[in-house]
Amino acid sequence: MSGTETVIEVRDLRMQFGRHVVHDGLDLDVRRGEILGVVGGSGTGKSVLLRAIAGLERPTAGRISLLGTDVLAGDEAAREALSSRIGVMFQDGALFSSLTVAENVEVPLRSVAGLSAETRAGLARFRISLSGLPWNAGDKYPSELSGGMRKRAGLARALARDPEIVFLDEPTAGLDPIGAAAFDELIRDLSHSLGLTVFLVTHDLDTLYAACDRIAVLAEKRVLVTGTLDDMLEVDHPWVQEYFRGPRARAARQEGAPRAGMG
Amino acid sequence: MAGEQRLRLAGEVRLSDLPEIERRLADWSADAPAEIDLSGAERLDTSVAWALLSASERLEVGGGRLALSGANDAVARIVDTVRESMPRPETEPSPARGLKGWLERLGREVVETAQAALAFTGVLGLFVARLGRCVIHPSELRLTALVHHCHDSGVRAVPIVALMAFLIGVVLAFQGAAQLRPFGAEVFVVELIAISILRELGILLTAIIVAGRTASAYTAAIGSMKMRQEIDAMRTLGIDPGQALIVPRILALVLMLPILGLVANLAGLFGGGLMAWLELGISPAMFVTRLIEGADVSNLTVGMIKAPVFALLIGVIGCEAGLRVGDNAESLGRMTSAAVVAALFAVILAAALFSVFFERVGM
Repeated sequence: MSGTETVIEVRDLRMQFGRHVVHDGLDLDVRRGEILGVVGGSGTGKSVLLRAIAGLERPTAGRISLLGTDVLAGDEAAREALSSRIGVMFQDGALFSSLTVAENVEVPLRSVAGLSAETRAGLARFRISLSGLPWNAGDKYPSELSGGMRKRAGLARALARDPEIVFLDEPTAGLDPIGAAAFDELIRDLSHSLGLTVFLVTHDLDTLYAACDRIAVLAEKRVLVTGTLDDMLEVDHPWVQEYFRGPRARAARQEGAPRAGMG
Repeated sequence: MAGEQRLRLAGEVRLSDLPEIERRLADWSADAPAEIDLSGAERLDTSVAWALLSASERLEVGGGRLALSGANDAVARIVDTVRESMPRPETEPSPARGLKGWLERLGREVVETAQAALAFTGVLGLFVARLGRCVIHPSELRLTALVHHCHDSGVRAVPIVALMAFLIGVVLAFQGAAQLRPFGAEVFVVELIAISILRELGILLTAIIVAGRTASAYTAAIGSMKMRQEIDAMRTLGIDPGQALIVPRILALVLMLPILGLVANLAGLFGGGLMAWLELGISPAMFVTRLIEGADVSNLTVGMIKAPVFALLIGVIGCEAGLRVGDNAESLGRMTSAAVVAALFAVILAAALFSVFFERVGM
């Protein structure tokens, strides 16, 4: 499925907060249609990288190109146009708490010119259903939903405008194993059937095995290595070794392998 | 009726094209065969696929048919995915409208208000019970917290309370003088100021300021702890939230509100006396003499008796609203403003009841 076209290109990225350097000389490529999992220890700036690419954080130096547009050099209009081609799902959904789930999904649709109110409402219902939520979830407020349902609602909103790239920040954090596995499967299905490019930040080894096509490891302020899971086992770096050869990784590998094979 | 019902989509068909497509599909009828030619489409947004399938469902209900033809693999896969996820409404009782809905909402409001009143007595009872324990076991009283809240809701409120009371005294003297002058009775302005401030205004206005300042602070503090499950954590650690959070806060108010009321009384009398001196030429010595002769000390008693009651109302309402905060930020904001409104209302209602009561008992 993954083509050869590069949709995210990060070159020589430097992120610095005060005197604290998070990234230095970071390079990363993401290809169209693939699911890239970004892993790294706590404090290696996984979320910071996601925020920088999604345009929420301004890098100190470097170049980020998204769908062929330079994110940092582009003018307001170019960035505006870009925002309709990407979607971001935040950790806890970041749904607007004063709106129902259906209204939340409608928010991004309001910026599409000429869309009637009925079409918007119908589309929102469809997005909710596409994210695997029951019909009546649309009328509920975010506070009435469980954590897993909030994440699905967040995904429904991220997908509202048919983006080409979605960014998922810790999509399975805080979910029980069954809910997490279902979410992994949802991400994989959507990416495959819709040709979505997915950039996900995770701690969850099961997600890496079940959903990701390729993995990027953040360490030493840069992308240490990218590749498939099998490539990771060959990497000679203490953190990577510990992460992918630890007891939890072995368990995830055994159970994830058949599923990943099917997908 | 409609002639040829055929639409050809080509290239990248995106969400932004949807309004145009919807417009074209809107007047298609079920009577004639309809077709959408996708052979030229390279990419189809799911929202467009959804619109096409919705139109197809609409025509099928009327007995017609909408054919989607010529889709390439990628487009066909998207159409299939969308077809599987088409939302199916569940037959669920829709919210009642009209009179019935209005009655339902009214009923809900009544029940909620009754529950809030019940919760109020619950927190009041908790406070009294825990305070009783503190009397038996003085070591259980959180002295540090009590002092902190006394400082926060008492000492720090002194400037605003004093300023407010001073201005009220000024206004009373000024207006009173203007009204009494035609009768040559300016000198009674001293009694007017003394009785109205000592008996009613000093403590009532203090309570109103404290209700706005402290009830909201209590709700926000306890509510944010509730939101982050800190209160649950306390319970599991064997710390009683009533003892740790509620007793120091309400007790601090009960102790501080009479003192604040006294400060307000002094500032109000000072403001009134100053104005009487400047405006009416009543010297401070004269003011004090008339104050002692004209205003009975029972006025001060009547005013001060109310202070602990107002304090209890404000404190309990603030704490109770905090405990009702749910797990989202929105309910924190809603409960905070609800607590202020409820505390103001309770204080003013209590003042009115006190006024009738003291009239009847002849104080």
